[in-house]
Amino acid sequence: MTISKEQIIQTAKLARVKLNDNEMDDITQRLSSILELVDQMQAVDTSAVEPMANSLDAVQILRTDQVDEPADKIARRNELLEGAPACEDGLFLVPRVID
Amino acid sequence: MTKPNTELHNLTIAELHSGLQQKQFSSHELTEHFLQRIAQLDTELNCFISVDAERALMLADEADQRLANGDTADLLGIPIAQKDIFCTRGMRTSCGSKMLDNFIPPYDATVIARMQQAGAVMLGKTNMDEFAMGSSNETSYYGPVKNPWNTNTVPGGSSGGSAAAVAARLAPAATGTDTGGSIRQPAALCGITGLKPTYGRVSRYGMIAFASSLDQGGPMTRSAADAAVLLNTMVGHDPLDSTSAHAECSDFTKQLPKSIKGLRIGLPKEYFDQRLNTAMADKVHEALQQLTALGAELVDIELPNSALSVPAYYVIAPAEASSNLSRFDGVRYGYRCENPTDLEDMYTRTRSEGFGDEVKRRILVGAYALSAGYYDAYYRKAQQIRRLIKEDFVKAFEKVDVIAGPTSPSPAFALGAKQSDPVEMYLEDIYTIAVNLAGLPGMSIPAGFIDEMPVGLQLVGNYFDESTILNTAHQYQQVTDWHQRSPID
Repeated sequence: MTISKEQIIQTAKLARVKLNDNEMDDITQRLSSILELVDQMQAVDTSAVEPMANSLDAVQILRTDQVDEPADKIARRNELLEGAPACEDGLFLVPRVID
Repeated sequence: MTKPNTELHNLTIAELHSGLQQKQFSSHELTEHFLQRIAQLDTELNCFISVDAERALMLADEADQRLANGDTADLLGIPIAQKDIFCTRGMRTSCGSKMLDNFIPPYDATVIARMQQAGAVMLGKTNMDEFAMGSSNETSYYGPVKNPWNTNTVPGGSSGGSAAAVAARLAPAATGTDTGGSIRQPAALCGITGLKPTYGRVSRYGMIAFASSLDQGGPMTRSAADAAVLLNTMVGHDPLDSTSAHAECSDFTKQLPKSIKGLRIGLPKEYFDQRLNTAMADKVHEALQQLTALGAELVDIELPNSALSVPAYYVIAPAEASSNLSRFDGVRYGYRCENPTDLEDMYTRTRSEGFGDEVKRRILVGAYALSAGYYDAYYRKAQQIRRLIKEDFVKAFEKVDVIAGPTSPSPAFALGAKQSDPVEMYLEDIYTIAVNLAGLPGMSIPAGFIDEMPVGLQLVGNYFDESTILNTAHQYQQVTDWHQRSPID
């Protein structure tokens, strides 16, 4: 299966990645060769095979839904916000969403 | 009496432990010694992204205090290098990416916390391929690591910094992570011992996610005996990781001295076909001969679907990566582009500027494989192939105790040699990837040299049976000295 330039642009949009025009040819070629590699899978009949998401076939473990908060919530919040590119009044700050 | 400092970096973990316990040297002296080596040698090798000498010496002093109080914890006072994928509270954790160049985690990964409890002294954070995506360490935002055996060649990846640091004796031991071979392949290329445990053995909490159903942390050391000691500290169920296994963790050093007489070693015919170059095949056969001299039996086996492991992996890993890496959006931590015009612009430019080329490629492949209309053809298909690959191994382990073969197709290649063709780079992991897909434990041990560059022998064990591969490796290391060779005095 080959991938077209349009498909790449569409996928990049979905993945929130912007590609420059001068990157396009290179990436189209590289992605095509990767897809060529993965297409080797199509030669095998797997119609009777159950897909495997976890190598131990483990099931999702659930825990009790209980509040688990640090003693000093404000201090912890401030610590978590320290790494944020922008914050204000204990909240993450992002560009205006609604005019 | 203090041992001469020149020897400290050649001691095993057990020797360091006993030297510290018997007060032959202090953790402070030991840590200073390694920090000096790093200062001296790492400008060229580039194994470390971050070294915080002050913090390391503080941890060493704490360890010395614990030693003085009679504490005998396994890693007490021993300097360890941590791959920069493990979150370390208060210390930058970059994952080899511009995206996290300024990221200071507010918490410790479970692996880090357990090591600290065991008294290990964190020397620094090691270089790696960006988000662990690469087999040569060339995708790191911080520049490539050089292989200490020949600085014109790659150390392998993605745990290349850890592998090169252990090989060059910049640290007695290190941690790595392995999604498709990222512990074993650099271990092979740098001539050290590296172990990827069974999926679920080592907690992934705080280990920055690449492909969650494949990622597994493990030790990178000079010997199997050292690996067993580190593994003891790293393993165990962790409620903070929902995929953490409830498996018994016996002392991994216990079985090391056992004879391997009667051990059945399976040789997959697919790993020894015409694609394996002659020099490499010779080295593997030499190692196998030594194992048979120790009493092991060789058994021919088949892993008929192994050729499909690379294709299946390059759907599953990028798909999981594209999902995991969606969290890097410039909102909560990490890089944010300058002057975003709106939210969409912020997401897109943050990600385009923050991620390197290989990471973007994998995100695109993953997003494409998961997108409407392609999911069945790619993702579902890959998961079906994954089951076939696992079933091959399950069947093989009915007949054998260990599976052996090469770790990588060739020794270390020149820097830049495989950068133009992603598929050629992906084939670097042709012998290691199936083990991740199946979730089995695997390790690489030094098995000689080709043109003065180290090669690795891969040993794969059954589920949760790390002890048997460690035992096999240790017995091999009793009769060989490849693992004691050092590229730098």
